[in-house]
Amino acid sequence: MPEKIRLNVTVNDVAHDVLVEPRTLVLDFLRDELELTGAHAGCEHGVCGACTVLVDGEATRSCLMFAAQLDGAEVRTVESLAGADGALHPIQEAFHREHGLQCGFCTPGMLMATVELLEHTPLPEPDDVREALGGNLCRCTGYQNIVNAVCAAGPLLAASQGTVTPQAGEVAA
Amino acid sequence: MTTVDKPVGPDPSALQDRRWVGKSIPRKEDPKLLTGRAQYVGDVSVAGMLHGAVLRSPHPNARIRSIDTSKAEVLPGVVAVITGADAAELIDPMAAFCAEPVPQTAIAVERVRFPGEAVAAVAATTRYIAEDACALIDVDYEVLPAIVDPLAAMRSGSPLVHDTLESNIVFARSIDFGEVEGDFARADHVTHGTARWHRMGAQPMETAGTVASWDPFGQTMTLWSNSNFYNFLPWVFAGMLKVGTNRLRIIPCTVGGSFGSKHLITKVVGIAGALTKASGRPVKFMEDRVDNLAANDNVGPDRLYDAALAMTGDGEFLSLKLDIIDDYGAYFQFAHGQHGNALSQPTGPYRIGSLRYGIQCVLTNKVQQGFFRGAGADPGNLILERLVDRAAEELGMERAEIRRRNFIRPAQFPYKVPTGNTYDSGNYDGVLDRALALADVDHWRAEQEQAREEGRYIGIGLASCQERSGYNATEWWFLYDTPPLPATSTPESVKIDVSAFGQVRVELGCPLWGNSPETVVSQVVAEEFGIDPSDVAVTYSDSSSGAISAGPGGSRLTIMLSGAVRGASRTIKDKMVRIAAHSMEADPADVELVDGELRPKGSPSKAMSMGDVAMLAHLFKETNPEGEDSGLVTTFTYDHPFVSLPSEDRRDMGAFYPFVSHACHIPIVEVDVETGVVKILKYYAVNDCGTLMNPRLVEGQVMGGIVQGIGAALMEEYRYDADDGSLQTGTFREYLLPSMHEAPEIVIEHQETPSPFSEYGVKGAGEGGRLVAPTAIASAIDDALKPLGVTVNELPMTPERVVAAIAAARRS
Repeated sequence: MPEKIRLNVTVNDVAHDVLVEPRTLVLDFLRDELELTGAHAGCEHGVCGACTVLVDGEATRSCLMFAAQLDGAEVRTVESLAGADGALHPIQEAFHREHGLQCGFCTPGMLMATVELLEHTPLPEPDDVREALGGNLCRCTGYQNIVNAVCAAGPLLAASQGTVTPQAGEVAA
Repeated sequence: MTTVDKPVGPDPSALQDRRWVGKSIPRKEDPKLLTGRAQYVGDVSVAGMLHGAVLRSPHPNARIRSIDTSKAEVLPGVVAVITGADAAELIDPMAAFCAEPVPQTAIAVERVRFPGEAVAAVAATTRYIAEDACALIDVDYEVLPAIVDPLAAMRSGSPLVHDTLESNIVFARSIDFGEVEGDFARADHVTHGTARWHRMGAQPMETAGTVASWDPFGQTMTLWSNSNFYNFLPWVFAGMLKVGTNRLRIIPCTVGGSFGSKHLITKVVGIAGALTKASGRPVKFMEDRVDNLAANDNVGPDRLYDAALAMTGDGEFLSLKLDIIDDYGAYFQFAHGQHGNALSQPTGPYRIGSLRYGIQCVLTNKVQQGFFRGAGADPGNLILERLVDRAAEELGMERAEIRRRNFIRPAQFPYKVPTGNTYDSGNYDGVLDRALALADVDHWRAEQEQAREEGRYIGIGLASCQERSGYNATEWWFLYDTPPLPATSTPESVKIDVSAFGQVRVELGCPLWGNSPETVVSQVVAEEFGIDPSDVAVTYSDSSSGAISAGPGGSRLTIMLSGAVRGASRTIKDKMVRIAAHSMEADPADVELVDGELRPKGSPSKAMSMGDVAMLAHLFKETNPEGEDSGLVTTFTYDHPFVSLPSEDRRDMGAFYPFVSHACHIPIVEVDVETGVVKILKYYAVNDCGTLMNPRLVEGQVMGGIVQGIGAALMEEYRYDADDGSLQTGTFREYLLPSMHEAPEIVIEHQETPSPFSEYGVKGAGEGGRLVAPTAIASAIDDALKPLGVTVNELPMTPERVVAAIAAARRS
C-alpha cells in the first residue's frame, strides 16, 4: 500500500489537514471521509455530472479527480448553499419554484454547475444554460424545468446579493 | 363488448369545490433533495459496516470449472470472499414469478448466462480494497458459444440457455380474443406491418444498492435499500435471505429515480445479504454504473412484431393480429408480465372488435428483462400506431381522420376491450382536436413545404395512445392456464394519526421514488380536514408496519394514495365528529369538520378546534361517547377498486388495468438526410389523465417521460456483439441518454376526463410520456422522409439506421 499523502484543503469554509491514499477520488473523499454525501456517484466515469462540486470556483467532476490534487484548494459542495436556518439559496429556491427536480439525485451537480455559470453569466439565456449544463444528465425532468430554473435563478441571486444590475437585453425573456 | 358493470364510483361531490386537490402547490419533497440531506442508500452508514464489490463474468455463456479465491482472501482489509457456491449455502435462489424451471441465483453457480453475471463477491473495509480483491480472484471458465440472436435461439437444435428446458422458447401462447378469423374474412382491406423494438433500460441516475445487517443471534436481518416491494412482497426477500418474514426489517431510503427498475432489485439484496451472513458484519453493496448496466433488473422489451389490421373499405377497424417474438435474455424473472401488461390496451383507443395475441418468449445470453416505464405496453403502442398510419396511407385518408373514425366514443364508456380489460372513461376526439390546434399544424405544414424547397426534411408526427394506469400484478402470471396465484388487488395502505394537539401525520407504506407522494397526500389530507397542506407531516414506514403497500409502479400511486388517504381521513374525521358532538351535546349528524374545526352546523361560533377534540380523544375517554376507544390513529388499506378474474379459457382476462389515460403527441422533427441525425424542433402534447391532482407535477412527469421516449426513439439501445455476445454498451459513453441538447421545447396541455372508478376521478400519469413519444417520433420521421419513401419500423432510429433506411429507399 503506497504511503498516504498529506492534504490541506478547505471544504465549505472548513479547513482540513488530513492524510489520504493517493488513489482516493475527490468524490469518495468528500462522501466517505468528510461525510458530505450531497455529491452523488452517478456513473463514476465523468459522463453524468451528478458528482459536480466547485474546486477553486470551477465546476469539477469529483469522480475524475484525486483528492491528493486538492492540496491548497478551496472546495464547495451543495451542503454550502442553504443556511442552517432552513433558508434555501436563491438557486435552490429557483429549482423549487420551477419544479426543476424530481428524484433529486442529479440536482446537487446541477446546482453547483449553476453556481459557476451565474458567476460568469449572471442572467443566462436558455442557450447559455444548455452550454454550461449540457453535460449534466437528468433522467426525470426532461430538462425544460431545469433550464427554466437556472434562468430564473439569475435574477433571484442578483436580487439577494443586491450587486448585479441587469443590462439591457440581458434579462431572460 | 362495450358494456360492463360499473363498480362503485367516487362521490360526485368530491369533484366540486376542491380547495387543494387540483392545485399546483410546490413539492414538499424538494428541500431535503435540494440541500443534499435526503438519505439515499449510498449515504447510509452503520457502525462496523463493510463494503461489497462483485466480480462479473466477461463471458456471455460459460461453465465455471473452478474459482480460486485464495489470493483475494489474504489481502489486508478483506473480511469475506464468496463464490456462487458459497452464497448458495447462505441464501436461496431469487424468487422467479414464472412457472417454468428457470432458476436464478444472485451469484451464478456453475454456469454464467449473460455477460456481467456475478460469479463472486467480496466484503472488505473499503470499496477500493473490495475491488482490489475481486481482481485477485481467478476463475477458470469453459467458454461456450454465445446465444445472441433470438431467431437462431428459437431453432430446434440451438444450444440451450437452460438445460432444464427443452427449447429456448420458454413460453409461447396465442389467444384469440373474439372472432378474429371471421373479422378478417369480412374485411375489405388488411394492412400489414412489422416492427422491431430494441432493448433499452431504465437507467435511473442512482444505481441499486443495499446495506444488509444480519444478526445471527436473533436471526434477524435489517436492510436499508432503494427497493420498493418491502411492504408488498417482503416474503420474496425473506425467502431468498432465509430469514423469517417477521424477522426481516427493510428500511426504505430516498430513491434516486426508478422508472420501474427498483421494485425488487433482488440480485443486489441477495449479494448484500450473502455478504453480511458470510462476514458477520453489516455490508453495503452499491452497484456502480458498470454493474448496473450489465446486470440490472430493468431492461425493457426486445421485440419483433408481425402484425395485421383488418378494416372495412371505409377504414373502420375490425380486428388486429399481433405475432410477437420477445427476447427475454437469460432468465424469466417476471414471467410474461410485460405481455400481461400490454394486453391491457393492445387495441389502443380504437373500437377493434377482436384480437389475436401470439407471443413467443425466447431466452438468450443477455441480461434478463425486468420492468421499465411502459412495462411492455410501450412497443404495443408503437406497432398499433404504425399500422394506423400505414392504413391511412393505403386508404388515402388523413391520419387524424382515420383515428377519429375509430375512436371509442365518450358515450361508450366504461368500454370493454377484446382482452377483457375495461377502460373507465375518455374523450379521445377532444384530445386530438386540442392537440391539432395546439401544434398549429397548418403553420408547420407551411414550414415543411418551404423547407422541402430548400432540400431540408421537416416532419410532423401524430400519435394517439393509451396509458393504462393503476396496475394490479395479476398480469405477471395470468396467461398461464393454471396460474400459481389468483388475481391480486395490489393494495396500498397509509396510517394517519392526529396528535393530541390536533396535528396530522401521514405514514406512507411506499418509498420516495422520485415522485411526489408527500405532496399528494398532503393535498388530500388538506382537502379532507380543511387544513393547509404545509401543516401535514409525512413520514415513511419500514417493512415492520405490517400494512400492505405495493408502492409506485404502473402509474398507480396517486390513484391508490388518494383512496387510502381519503379512507383513513374519513375514519378519523368520523370519530372526531362523534367525540365533538358528544361534547357539544349535539347529534353527530349535526356536526361537521370544516376548515380544521368541528362545528355544529349553522353555529360556527360554537366550534371546537381539532386540538380540543383530539385532546379529548387521546386522554379523556370517560368524557367521550361510550365504546369509543382512545386515540386518533388508523391504518387504511385501499384495495384496487376494480379487478375481475380471468376466465378459465383465458379468452377474457378480466378487468385489471381500468384507469386509462390518453394522450395525443405531435412532435416536429427535422431529419438531416446526410448524417441521419433527427432533431426535434418542437414537441406538443395534450394529455388526459382524469382529474389533475397537481397539474405542475403531472406536467413534470409527462415532460420527463417524453424525453425518455426521445431516447427510446433515437438513441437508447443495449447492443451485444452478434458473434461473441459481449455487451458493447457497458457505460454511459456507449449507452446514450438524452441530454439538454436533445431535449426540445415541450408544450403540454391537459384535458380532464375524470375516472368514475377512483377517488376524485384521478387516473395515472407516470408513464404516458414514454408510452406515446417513441411512436409519435417514428410518425414524424416518416412524414419528414415521405418524399424519399422511408417508413420507420424499427426503434431507436439512430443516425446509422436513418442513413441506411434512406439508402434502402433510394435503391428500391
